[in-house]
Amino acid sequence: MSILDSKIPEGPLAEKWNKHKAAIKVVSPANKRKLEIIVVGTGLGGASAAASLAELGYKVKAFCYQDSPRRAHSIAAQGGINAAKNYQNDNDSVFRLFYDTIKGGDYRAREANVYRLAEVSPNIIDQCVAQGVPFGREYGGLLDNRSFGGVLVSRTFYARGQTGQQLLIGAYQALNRQIAKGNVEMYSRHEMLDVVKIDGKARGIIARDLVTGEIKRYGAHAVVVATGGYGNVFFLSTNAMGSNGSAAWQCYKKGAFMSNPCFVQIHPTCIPVHGDQQSKLTLMSESLRNDGRVWVPKKKEDAVKLQKGELHPNDIADEDRDFYLERRYPSYGNLVPRDVASRAAKERCDAGFGVNSEGKAVFLDFKYAIERLGKSVIEARYGNLFQMYEKITDVDPYKAPMMIYPAIHYSMGGTWVDYNLMTSVPGLYSIGEANFSDHGANRLGASALMQGLADGYFILPYTIGDYLADEIMTPKVDVSAPEFAEAEKEVTARIEKLYNIKGTKSVDYFHKKLGHVMWDYVGMSRNAEGLKKAIEMIKEIREEFWKDVRIPGELDNLNPELEKAGRVADFFDIGELMARDALDRNESCGGHFREESATEEGEAKRNDEKFTYVSCWEYKGEGAEPALHKEDLVFENVKLTQRSYK
Amino acid sequence: MADKILKELKIKVWRQKNAKSKGKFETYIINDISTGSSFLEMMDILNNDLIEKGIDPIAFDHDCREGICGTCSLYINGRPHGPDTEVTTCQLHMRKFKDGETIIIEPWRARAFPVIKDLVVDRTAFDKILQAGGFVSVNTGGVPDANAIPVSRDDAEEAMDAAACIGCGACVAACKNSSAMLFVSAKVSHLANLPQGKVEAKSRALNMVSKMDELGFGGCTNTRACEVECPKSISIMNIARLNREYLKSRLSR
Repeated sequence: MSILDSKIPEGPLAEKWNKHKAAIKVVSPANKRKLEIIVVGTGLGGASAAASLAELGYKVKAFCYQDSPRRAHSIAAQGGINAAKNYQNDNDSVFRLFYDTIKGGDYRAREANVYRLAEVSPNIIDQCVAQGVPFGREYGGLLDNRSFGGVLVSRTFYARGQTGQQLLIGAYQALNRQIAKGNVEMYSRHEMLDVVKIDGKARGIIARDLVTGEIKRYGAHAVVVATGGYGNVFFLSTNAMGSNGSAAWQCYKKGAFMSNPCFVQIHPTCIPVHGDQQSKLTLMSESLRNDGRVWVPKKKEDAVKLQKGELHPNDIADEDRDFYLERRYPSYGNLVPRDVASRAAKERCDAGFGVNSEGKAVFLDFKYAIERLGKSVIEARYGNLFQMYEKITDVDPYKAPMMIYPAIHYSMGGTWVDYNLMTSVPGLYSIGEANFSDHGANRLGASALMQGLADGYFILPYTIGDYLADEIMTPKVDVSAPEFAEAEKEVTARIEKLYNIKGTKSVDYFHKKLGHVMWDYVGMSRNAEGLKKAIEMIKEIREEFWKDVRIPGELDNLNPELEKAGRVADFFDIGELMARDALDRNESCGGHFREESATEEGEAKRNDEKFTYVSCWEYKGEGAEPALHKEDLVFENVKLTQRSYK
Repeated sequence: MADKILKELKIKVWRQKNAKSKGKFETYIINDISTGSSFLEMMDILNNDLIEKGIDPIAFDHDCREGICGTCSLYINGRPHGPDTEVTTCQLHMRKFKDGETIIIEPWRARAFPVIKDLVVDRTAFDKILQAGGFVSVNTGGVPDANAIPVSRDDAEEAMDAAACIGCGACVAACKNSSAMLFVSAKVSHLANLPQGKVEAKSRALNMVSKMDELGFGGCTNTRACEVECPKSISIMNIARLNREYLKSRLSR
């Protein structure tokens, strides 16, 4: 176990972070000016980190593949951000937020990290308000809160249905201010393709200018990766089209361990797939489940008629509707956590009760809420979501039930980091969704934004100093070093190899094929046989890809197909590692459901005796089996219990 | 409500190799598009066809495909973001088009938004305008409690209306003068409506407007085309507010 030092401070849980801050080193202002930091990705984590580090005096270079840092996919988060402010006087506290997050994550996250997250959460709200984030307010002028799934208090701050957008704009504005001051050099439309190590330490990156195709070297004293999740391995997901796992994967190949890659969150309320022309899934906010009732027909013949378009849902009588969440989980009903709701929908559809032409959708019906509360109340609560639904599906959800189906949404797994957010490569950090640290096997709603900003504003700016304090004598990194030349050569060779395959099929062809395998065997429900099959199938598709992919266009010009090809090439490897990890974890926890580990009623069954650990995969070379290390999780402050929503 | 199939569409699209070369229209035929597909899914299918034929696919900007990141653009049949209202191109669906129709697709056209390739334009001018003052000058940490300064709900709502801007550039593309006034005014209003933003309101308006002029955007002549085409319904009342803020800061200099 010596290979994994999580550096969790000694002492009582509530004192760990303060004691740690007092113990770690600080860099003087004069020395900060001489130290350079590269931040890759400009979502909530990356933008807040880049801005905060630059404010401290470090010289920052920030990179994003988008045309502007403001486009990062944090922008699409709808519902809100949690913080233990206790503004509602409902007995919320740092401990309660910590406890909810640990429990929601099904006891597969580190106590110390999660407690710190809860501890800094109030500062995030203060910071965002000071930046001008227009949070929802009460008539008295104070901040309003919302409730979210899986908790008993009201602690979610929001800006209409666009909380992610507003928080990202806040961080982007702080970043812009530092760009204007010359403290941050911003590289938009640049994609990181490798991390460069010198004497074992991260010293820079290789990036491709997506407009000119130039491969360039960038040096720094530390590298921060904030590149989000790898949900697009499934082809269809709620992630942005460009979201990818490549930066994290290059870190993995350079020695950073990948943890819990099989933990991905499947969101139950997405607009269903409409056919094989689909490129992307749209999320409908979880908040809809507060007032909508989920159902499918009781009789199979009704389901068949719905699938053929011969029956309108409104013509099915109440007694012929199966409100399966209310039936199976009487105490939580339609508000069971995301993973439970998703599996229940799949179960009904697999049994033949799906309601769209593909048989892969269930109803979310507002008829009952409209009868109870009136249309105007529902319109005030969900008007913008209803409008979006109608634009996409051409169905008016005030008059007919919505159709929903689960979709891949968030990656709880990611790069392994210690308490300082440093990976197993010295000087290489990972923050936000890109790391594994805070959400265990399942993330609670409104906690992704909290984690991204906690890492970027309040944790990394402290902990990175502890490392950089020992680097003050290191001169400006020389990018003509042989390590940079070698990395650049490898990157160029890989691009040329891809480009010169000149096969017959597009990148999307292979990506879709991979997505099907992932969804069928490494999706909502997994078993050993299927996972082994997936590993073999992925290998076959990868082989075909490297023989037959066609990348048109030029190398020295904007070339979206080339960009996609590089990302998809990495998705094969990520998908394979996910399947391996899922195979190793023969228990059901959070978003990870192994059919072999279920109760008699088909509910998830955790196995704490064998699996209370974080899996940490170490790269062992191309084609070689990765090595599995385990970081045991120690719970001193909470008691492990089986989740039950019956 | 049920999806239909559009058997044939003519896609007349702007092709331009790079910023330096001259562009021109090319016409492609595309078959069997579901009316339930989004406009960009239609573009994906067209591109796949082109790849199979050995033709360089059409470059266009897009990312979240949920109408919020502001990456997608496209001037479709003479309108930014196409024929639907209050949607971005990624949320435009093919049911808005008829079988056999010719669809004309162009990039945003404005001096400040040079074409990079095909339908992709460079909008970094927007970033530069915001870097000139579109922020509140506070560092991380050392800020008061979030509830220390009450903000009236009306002010917060008005700020939010303006802050909903996604920075897509449709306002500039719609404007015959290629003015960025709606974009600039949205940021100025967002921050001027909040006590936290008021402190720097004067210099902000001045600096952002002069940066906008410097970058080659045109002046506003109140045609309201921007408001009509804005996918987020940003109101031109914000421009009135910007003019007020601008005047105040000029007069107090």
